[in-house]
Amino acid sequence: MSAFQVPSPDDRVRILDESGQVIESATVPDLDDDSLVGMYRDMRVMRRFDERAVNLQRQGRLRTFPPLAGQEGAQIGSAYATDEGDWSFSSYREHGYNYVRGVDLPSILRYWSGDERGAAVKGTNVFPLAIPIATQIPHATGTAWAAKLQGDDVAVVCHFGDGATSEGDFHEGLNFAGVFDVPAVFICHNNQWAISVPRERQTATDTLAQKAHAYGFEGIQVDGMDPLAMYRATRDAIEKAKAEDPGEPRPTLIEAVQYRYGAHTTADDPSTYRDEAEVEEWRRLDPLTRFEAFLRDRDLLNDDRLEEIEAAIEKKIDGAVGRFGDDPEPEPADMFEFVFETPTEELRKQGAYLEALRDRYGDEELRS
Amino acid sequence: MSATQDLTLVGAVQDGLRTEMERDDRVLVMGEDVGQAGGVFRATEGLYEEFGENRVINTPLAESGIVGAAIGMAAYGLRPVPEIQFSGFMYPAFDQLVSHAARLRTRSREQYTCPMVVRSPYGGGIKAPEHHSESKEAFYAHEPGLKVVVPSTPHDTKGLLIAAIRDPDPVVFLEPKRIYRATRQQVPEEPFTIEIGDASIRREGSDVSVFTWGAMTRPALDAADELASEDIDVEVVDLRTLSPMDTDAIVASFEKTGRGVVVHEGPKTGGLAGEVTARIQEGSLLYQEAPIARVTGFDVPVPLAQLEDFYMPEDTRIMDAIREVHAF
Ligand SMILES: Cc1ncc(C[n+]2csc(CCOP(=O)(O)OP(=O)(O)O)c2C)c(N)n1
Repeated sequence: MSAFQVPSPDDRVRILDESGQVIESATVPDLDDDSLVGMYRDMRVMRRFDERAVNLQRQGRLRTFPPLAGQEGAQIGSAYATDEGDWSFSSYREHGYNYVRGVDLPSILRYWSGDERGAAVKGTNVFPLAIPIATQIPHATGTAWAAKLQGDDVAVVCHFGDGATSEGDFHEGLNFAGVFDVPAVFICHNNQWAISVPRERQTATDTLAQKAHAYGFEGIQVDGMDPLAMYRATRDAIEKAKAEDPGEPRPTLIEAVQYRYGAHTTADDPSTYRDEAEVEEWRRLDPLTRFEAFLRDRDLLNDDRLEEIEAAIEKKIDGAVGRFGDDPEPEPADMFEFVFETPTEELRKQGAYLEALRDRYGDEELRS
Repeated sequence: MSATQDLTLVGAVQDGLRTEMERDDRVLVMGEDVGQAGGVFRATEGLYEEFGENRVINTPLAESGIVGAAIGMAAYGLRPVPEIQFSGFMYPAFDQLVSHAARLRTRSREQYTCPMVVRSPYGGGIKAPEHHSESKEAFYAHEPGLKVVVPSTPHDTKGLLIAAIRDPDPVVFLEPKRIYRATRQQVPEEPFTIEIGDASIRREGSDVSVFTWGAMTRPALDAADELASEDIDVEVVDLRTLSPMDTDAIVASFEKTGRGVVVHEGPKTGGLAGEVTARIQEGSLLYQEAPIARVTGFDVPVPLAQLEDFYMPEDTRIMDAIREVHAF
């Protein structure tokens, strides 16, 4: 069979050590200075956006929000490694990846404020996020398969959490990917928790990466809080997926080992199931701090530059929140508009009934 | 009289589970986050501490695994009460429910049975994220071999949940999460049961009968109260159990009023309002004074939070229908 080994935690891919120094045996990916600084800036955009979104939820302007703090390295690193034209599928926590791929910040806010108009952004190849756990995985396999059947130079990146690996759809999606040898990169964001359930309760295996072995393709564990390692792992996986003759199976499972600093969502209280000390432990691996140290070492970042970046980010996010706030309210009639290409007779009738009710009683009455 | 306690609907779920687990050590709870965290709605709060990890089991994130394993446990003699975190995430378990739980008794000629209660919060009205607001009770009621229970008060919740746990067959127990904490009620501390299959008349009236269940009971009662001032005397029948359905109670109420409105959150087409209407038509056609109205969700995917209010039936829409049926 294949030459690859069952991955063990000792083989975890890492380029930066805990203090942001390049590890001796590692080589830094070939990224230009602008891209390196860009990665840092985008990670920082997401850290700040996260804080703002949580506040907007507290003010009642978002209904719920799933914070990503701690997971910027894996999302931004993998996004920078994705080629233009590639497709991606995600769950609800990967707005950092999606942002780099063209999903604008106001759209993210729209979706979490309960407005469908934020769910899909034109021209991005970023599929609408999937809330039912693991259901996006077979979609990713199917899209990658279709690209292969059509002879297109397209890879598909699929994101999901550690909890998702317990669902049947994970197994079926990866199994198909192996059988049909599709150009897909599966990124499992192992943030140690699925709401209150720890990673050990999801599987009795040592790693999540080793599950790929059972599907006949490569699985690797990566330090998900090291953006360079995530860039490298994703880049290698995408190149293998697209190679004329990769000489080994095309799909890859990347287990990005990381941590969710915040609550599962704004509706969750992590103090009921985990110790704050554990959070502090993981913060020592913070992707922003480590990457900042790396960039400072290379003279790509200094206090002045940082201040500029910070100011630009504030402006950007203020602008995004402003544009989100200026949205006209969605139209109730929209509900009926997009069910089918052509609304059925019955849908038209129901739509007309709602309009008649609005005329007769006014929206305030119907909303109470 | 036995002692009572002041409980919310979700508190009554917790209390029902606890009293039944104390009484019968075959009863166990399993699901995502039901352990230390006590469930995302706190429905299993404190149970892990009281009964330990072998009876309050945090499972991997896999609904088919949860319900499938519960079927195996039930067949072996335990009384599992699996929780599906939100009814919108029931679908991976649908195969297990429909292909196995529902028909194990039939296909084994009763050598194997499935006394299991699948609990799940369901329904809209809390402006939750996508897939968290659906009302798909008709899916389950359509399946022969499954019982379907939807309580609407804290008192009924405890009595029906205990009846479901003691029932020899699989029960889908749908909890209207919108009213989990909406009201409090005195509920007996002792275990007690309410018969599955028994509707409850929430309000007596002589002009129009409203048939409903779960979270829609409240707006139906509000509509009834308001219409009293217009001299329309409305009866509100809370079905409480959708399968089996209390045909006698439906027919008796309709024969009294001759006019009916059925209210549910789920989509109109294929919804259980059609079933209620058919039973009335079969049972008391000659009493019918007006077309039976359906006030339901629309035939659309439940919209996200900003438009949810326009999807959900509420008292204004219910009153509108009652007036129309009354004036016919
Ligand atoms: C099929 C399904 N079951 C249950 C849920 C409820 N739920 C939402 S998030 C979550 C935990 C997911 O954990 P994980 O996959 O590790 O991703 P993370 O949230 O940590 O990013 C659960 C159980 C769901 N959304 N979908």
